[in-house]
Amino acid sequence: MSDFVHPIERRMAFTLTSEERLRRQLADTWYVPRGIVGWFSVADHKTIGRRYIITAFGFFIFAGILAGLMRIQLAVPNNHFVGPDLYNQIFTVHGTMMMFLFAVPVMEAMGVYLVPLMIGTRNIAFPRLNAFSYYVYLFGGVMLVATMLLNTAPDVGWFSYVPLAGPDYTPGKRADFWAQMITFTEVAALAVSVELVTTIFKTRAPGMSLNRMPLFVWSMLVTAFMVIFAMPTVVLCSTFLLLDRTVGTQFYNPAEGGDALLWQHLFWFFGHPEVYIIFVPALGIVSSIISAFTWRPIFGYPAMVMSLVATGFIGFGLWVHHMFATGLPALGLEYFTAASIVIAIPTGIQIFCWIASLWRGRPRFHTPLLFVLGFFAIFVLGGLSGVTLASVPFDLQVHDSYYVVAHFHYVLLGGAVFPLIGGIYFWFPKMTGRMMDDRLGKVNFWLFFIGFNVTFFPMHILGLEGMPRRIYTYPDSMGWGTLNLVSSLGALLLVLGGVLFVYNVVRSYAWGLVASDNPWGAETLEWATSSPPPVYNFLHIPVVEGRSALWNRSPDASVVTGIRSDVREVLLTDVMDAEPVTVTEYPEPSIWPFLCAVVTSAFFVGSIFTPWALPVAIPPLAVTLIGWFWPKKRDHAREMEEHAGDGTVPPEGRLRALREARA
Amino acid sequence: MIFRFGGDQSAFDPHGPIARSIATHGWWLLLVCIAVYFIVMTAFFIALARRRRETDDLPETSARLTRNVGIAVALTVLILIGIATSSVVAGRGLYSPSGAGAITVDVVGHQWWWDFQYHDITPSDVFTSPNELHIPVGVPVVLKAMSTDVIHSFWVPNLMGKRDLIPGIVTNTWIQADEPGVYRGQCAEFCGHQHAHMALQVVAEPMDKFQQWVRHQREPASEPSTDEEKRGKDVFMQSPCVTCHSIRGTDAGSHVGPELTHVGSRLTLAAGTLPNARGHLAGWIVNSQSIKPGNRMPPNALAPDDLQALLAYVRSLQ
Repeated sequence: MSDFVHPIERRMAFTLTSEERLRRQLADTWYVPRGIVGWFSVADHKTIGRRYIITAFGFFIFAGILAGLMRIQLAVPNNHFVGPDLYNQIFTVHGTMMMFLFAVPVMEAMGVYLVPLMIGTRNIAFPRLNAFSYYVYLFGGVMLVATMLLNTAPDVGWFSYVPLAGPDYTPGKRADFWAQMITFTEVAALAVSVELVTTIFKTRAPGMSLNRMPLFVWSMLVTAFMVIFAMPTVVLCSTFLLLDRTVGTQFYNPAEGGDALLWQHLFWFFGHPEVYIIFVPALGIVSSIISAFTWRPIFGYPAMVMSLVATGFIGFGLWVHHMFATGLPALGLEYFTAASIVIAIPTGIQIFCWIASLWRGRPRFHTPLLFVLGFFAIFVLGGLSGVTLASVPFDLQVHDSYYVVAHFHYVLLGGAVFPLIGGIYFWFPKMTGRMMDDRLGKVNFWLFFIGFNVTFFPMHILGLEGMPRRIYTYPDSMGWGTLNLVSSLGALLLVLGGVLFVYNVVRSYAWGLVASDNPWGAETLEWATSSPPPVYNFLHIPVVEGRSALWNRSPDASVVTGIRSDVREVLLTDVMDAEPVTVTEYPEPSIWPFLCAVVTSAFFVGSIFTPWALPVAIPPLAVTLIGWFWPKKRDHAREMEEHAGDGTVPPEGRLRALREARA
Repeated sequence: MIFRFGGDQSAFDPHGPIARSIATHGWWLLLVCIAVYFIVMTAFFIALARRRRETDDLPETSARLTRNVGIAVALTVLILIGIATSSVVAGRGLYSPSGAGAITVDVVGHQWWWDFQYHDITPSDVFTSPNELHIPVGVPVVLKAMSTDVIHSFWVPNLMGKRDLIPGIVTNTWIQADEPGVYRGQCAEFCGHQHAHMALQVVAEPMDKFQQWVRHQREPASEPSTDEEKRGKDVFMQSPCVTCHSIRGTDAGSHVGPELTHVGSRLTLAAGTLPNARGHLAGWIVNSQSIKPGNRMPPNALAPDDLQALLAYVRSLQ
């Protein structure tokens, strides 16, 4: 401990031990506000992260029900369960919701919850922006659900190709709801990504240099950067679409010199990185679970990190493999074949390193690891079918057929959702303080695993037999009936698995075994604090001594001191080596981000109906932003106090104390 | 090939050089991938099930693992280079016609039907064949892909892969059948309400039969011969039919819907939705919306006599 004690702390030193005193003061300082206004003011990353995760799973269930309806419709040929109008809405909302409202947000939500804990800080950077992003995401999702329930949902596919989605071929407001839903979710995703990058780069605990960062944090960092570079493209192209539809611009109208292919380039320039945005965090989850359940660090850490980063870069060079059938020049297509094949290399490296980790370790087959093993069996197959899709000639036959449907469910459900569910089983004790039931979890896993393969494997064959995607029915004579029926029956198992999962979550939350701080004996910092973590995350910010923060910790490990506990002060460290640099103060909880999100959402929804929504929204938006950024009166007073020399020292002086404490 | 996938639209049941080349390449691709899958899964199960040893945590073990991972990555790279090369070789010449084709046909996509327009230097010899592409066997046919409304994708799995029909962009591709036959195809790019019912037939015939067909198609519609057919023609000309459909040799000249000059000789109705039979035609004319909801043809409340006469006339347009 340093010899520096803040005067306020000194004054409070009556009867309590210093630990207990600190605990109380931190809890006071980092309080989570109560009451209705308080509920909407919370800026704690754990609360927001939990809400994000629960909301995303809500959308997952909704979109899953839609998938069930599709499987009922396709179970037999010439079915009249739903008509083309409803079916087109259902598959559009299913795809849109799974991609934009479940998969990306839930992965970012895992990051929002876990990253600050894993890197040893008190909150996510820009906590108010974090709250704002959650509400914008929530409102955008609710809007899409509402359109579905009102039978006026988008019906032009999750990719909304123009000119079909343009004003001439989709009159009404359906495609506008789609375009604005994009804006909602992308604003939210961009906000979270900025927070994550800042959090990871600037607030890591001292000693956690980049080459000691947990693989999950690396995966979130890569994901956040991918979001920052990919999402603006989709905001741009969906806004062009909205302008074409509302104010008569002609970006995509070939009759007026617009270009129908422009949409596809812009959309897939986002759309292909999007699948890696979903998949890369899942790789981080897989690494976390494998290391925890083999009690060994992941084999080949540098190779794993380089693979993640390489995936992030190469992911931007593949978008044209969604456009092989458009008639682009053959030489150009072959470049994209090569690029699409190259991305299999970093993925292969990671698979091999995990197999080496499992080989070297002593696997304990609890539910989280089972889901990861299921991930292997499914994802490797999906990755290989992805390699076949990279071949232009083969793709020309299977493109937009059920083969592709099978492929991307193998990589997205198998590659991302299986690890995610495993991750929920893994981190549930940390998030709630209770263990999930392992026996139910194993039943859950087998239902999912068998149900998944029965549902999606036959789709490979259906695609090779020529069944196109996005058809609401098919004639009996095509011979696709049997496999479709098998697939629909498999979906039933998936539904059962889903119900069991929800039951297990609810039951365990109420009556599960109480979890210790580190029930799995895992290596990363989130397991150093209590389960669930206190609002301030760590009593003392730890000093990290190795790649496995907990396994490498010496018994007399030092902690950071000198950070004020009477204000929301956070230690900032440098990007490469996580050396302490300075301190900063995070804002108090506030209702303004919520109000700002309400106004923003009203603007987004209003702009579907009239361009005047923009000028009308500016004044209230300005008011909420002013409220949000209004400086605190106390700031000035404190600044004076800190420079007055009455026993306190300015930040530079305190940081010196800090460095000494480390030494 | 060893076994075939079933169904009319199987990509592994090729009847033309393009589809055959893709199918051969596709089989190799699938076999290699299946082999890799089983090798990776074997390594995976060995890693899980192997007996653990005291030496596992020694640095030598780590070094051995590193070497093995390196070998696996090197093999991956080699296999991927093989796949990329095979893909480029298999794809050579598949996407655009290598030389001049025997004939050129415009493939025009509409919501939700196909129009095949046969070129000729003599303007009066140009004709269209909705939803039915006739080609001579054994020679390449150049296809010019285009669309008048939204994006569609032309796909006949037995003969060739997909080619998108994009409004504002015309691209060239080609098709060839090696054996006479009727091959089914279907729109592969989501194009709205009735994407599911946008099929087509490719009719491949020996050259002489094909030329006979072309000569017949160039002729205007046959005049009605019976009284009922004559009355049917009047019904056609006085009802909403005439606002969208054309029949060459008559006053009906609108090109909104498919041309009907030789509709009686076609295999299917409504873009492969129904077999071309009298009962289906009647149902289609009276209320096509019950068969293909959302299609552009309105219901026609015709008196029973008028309907019978109209059917007789339309069926006579051989």
